[in-house]
Amino acid sequence: MTASLKETGLGLRSLTISVAFAIVGATGAMAQDNADPSAVIRIGSLYEPQNLDNTAGAGQGINEAFNGNVYEGLFQLTDDGDVVEKLVSGFEMSEDGLTYTFTLQPDVTFHSGDPLTAADVKHSIERVTAETSQSSRKRSLANIESVEAKDDSTVVVTLKERSISLPYNLTYVWIVNDAAEDLTSGEDGTGPYKLDNWRRGSSITLSPYENYWGEKPKNGGVTFSYFKEATALNNALLTNAVDIITSVQSPDSLMQFQDNPSFVVTDGQSTTKEVLAYNDRVAPFDNVKVRKAVARAIDRKRLLNSIWGDHGTLIGSFVPPTDPWYVDLNDVDAYDPESAKALLAEAGYADGFTFTLDTPNYDPHPIVAQFLQNELAKVGIKVEINIITANEWYTKIYQAQDFQATLQEHVNHRDIVFYGNPNFYWGYNNPQVWN
Amino acid sequence: MVLFILLRLLPGDPANSLISVGADEAQIAAARRQVGSDLPLAQQFLQFITSLARFDLGTSFISRTPVLPEIMDRLAVTLPLTVLSFLLALVIAVPLGILSAVKADRWYGAAISVVSQLGIAIPVFWVGILLVTLFAVNLRLFPSGGFPPRGWGAPVEALRTLFLPILTIAIVMSASLLRYVRSATQDVLGSDYLRTARALGAGFSEALVRHGIRNGAVPVMSILGIELATALLGAVVVERVFNLPGLGSMLLLAIEQRDYPNIQGVLFISTLLVLLIGFLADLGQRLVDPRLRESRGARS
Repeated sequence: MTASLKETGLGLRSLTISVAFAIVGATGAMAQDNADPSAVIRIGSLYEPQNLDNTAGAGQGINEAFNGNVYEGLFQLTDDGDVVEKLVSGFEMSEDGLTYTFTLQPDVTFHSGDPLTAADVKHSIERVTAETSQSSRKRSLANIESVEAKDDSTVVVTLKERSISLPYNLTYVWIVNDAAEDLTSGEDGTGPYKLDNWRRGSSITLSPYENYWGEKPKNGGVTFSYFKEATALNNALLTNAVDIITSVQSPDSLMQFQDNPSFVVTDGQSTTKEVLAYNDRVAPFDNVKVRKAVARAIDRKRLLNSIWGDHGTLIGSFVPPTDPWYVDLNDVDAYDPESAKALLAEAGYADGFTFTLDTPNYDPHPIVAQFLQNELAKVGIKVEINIITANEWYTKIYQAQDFQATLQEHVNHRDIVFYGNPNFYWGYNNPQVWN
Repeated sequence: MVLFILLRLLPGDPANSLISVGADEAQIAAARRQVGSDLPLAQQFLQFITSLARFDLGTSFISRTPVLPEIMDRLAVTLPLTVLSFLLALVIAVPLGILSAVKADRWYGAAISVVSQLGIAIPVFWVGILLVTLFAVNLRLFPSGGFPPRGWGAPVEALRTLFLPILTIAIVMSASLLRYVRSATQDVLGSDYLRTARALGAGFSEALVRHGIRNGAVPVMSILGIELATALLGAVVVERVFNLPGLGSMLLLAIEQRDYPNIQGVLFISTLLVLLIGFLADLGQRLVDPRLRESRGARS
């Protein structure tokens, strides 16, 4: 399935920068037992949630702020990628693999004071699978036939088909109080922190929840400050207005921290991929040879280097290396402009062709587009860059599928499931893959 | 009406801000239903007009929070920002403007004039970035941006974060104000009444203070109204540079997301504010110039 896929993927992003605790006591509080227990950790981020409900289109920022802090799942995904029990104390799977019986942790309470019951779990799962839900995990849970609350602490989930992914998929289901009325601007979770204050356009403040059932936080709370611009975010870290920033947007801005002993730069794994997607339904990209030729005409190593310096990884496909089925496909259609030209000639485009590349107007897409323009000119392909906003992208490309090629960052993990769908925006139609 | 149609002509759909890659048809349809973009335009317009007539600015498509409280929250940043910048600009511009007109033949009179000319030419965001680099990053005297989570519940902190943005707007605003004050003063200096006042035995500064300022203030006053209104709407740039949760950044975000209720709400409230400022400027002119009051009185 690899050779005909239409992707040039490079895994970038996710460098986390944090201030050393020796300079700022607050940061040390997370790791050091002797740290000031009342210190508030100040985190700077570029991703303010649009609202506070991950089933109502809140965006990626809400997961950064709330996952594991305000809300917990039945299971938890650890930093190493393992799925461990969280709000369940144990579970059993029936022999046919279709029925899961979960036993809930005792003595868990919501921030409003209500106890956690099986009815809350049922409500929480059904919230994600509901017709109006905007959760990106909705489809993964479509396999659930029913959720029943057997008694207060036992939940029975019945599946339509066997699945080994249920615990994994449940790590994304926030357990919310079924009596909570407003989850878009308020919360009622079971996590170690509760929401103090959300100042739209500016900050979210969390404070420790005094009746938390597990190990209590060793700090006085967390403030997420939201920034629109990377420069303002970097300045905030430089001037000690925040202790941690969750991402850097360019290797240039990394340098001001790297050479400074007050800061620690952590390199992490990311599931964000920069993807060049062809529309397989329209000429010339309906021709697999053209798609392969374009892939071979692009020096991905140089592209990565020009954008991220020594950081980031070439992944050779659109599957993040953290997914269990990841295979390094960098050698498939590797950089080889001569053979790209030959393939183009075979496909009937010996003199090249012109196509329009719909490019979102934010970093890193415009730079990538310019790089592609230069690179493809060398094999005779002319790229016309059409800059569009993120909002237009969804109307023109995602829904109307009215495009030849486009650039996009895909942030999900285990997202291979929708890539093979022939109705997906790039229209890769291979019945073998879809089945 | 114009606003309503113009907004709908923008490509894109507010529902797009709610969905993510991987969303299926049902999710997209649900998002469109939620924001009402699946309804015919006429029906959307009717809803908009009827709720506006009830002073109900509606609920944001995206955050699902009511529009008016958020506008009030953000005005708590933008209003002090503009009003304080305006006052600071006045404090800088009025004495310097008068000085540069009165002492136009001295080197410092000319220098003030040249510097103000430069000030008009510099873009606001550039002044902001310079001030941040100098006072925040290098000298660590003031925060580089942001607004305290507790807002005005922490007044000292709030004022400290607003200091650099206020200085930024004041510097740029005072440059243009200074030009107006200077030329108004020059007009006054060449006027007959000032010469008469001096001929009647008043000293130069006494004549200027008693007769000059009052007369010069009338044209400056109407400019002040326009400047204040511009500052209110122009604060968006400064809010961006200093990462302030003000009205301008709310408008910008709402436009990006096609969050129509928020866009319409912000524009509605800012229009009201601009009208109010115009009214206050008019009122101010009447206070300093009795002739305006009398002429109106005579007509009615």
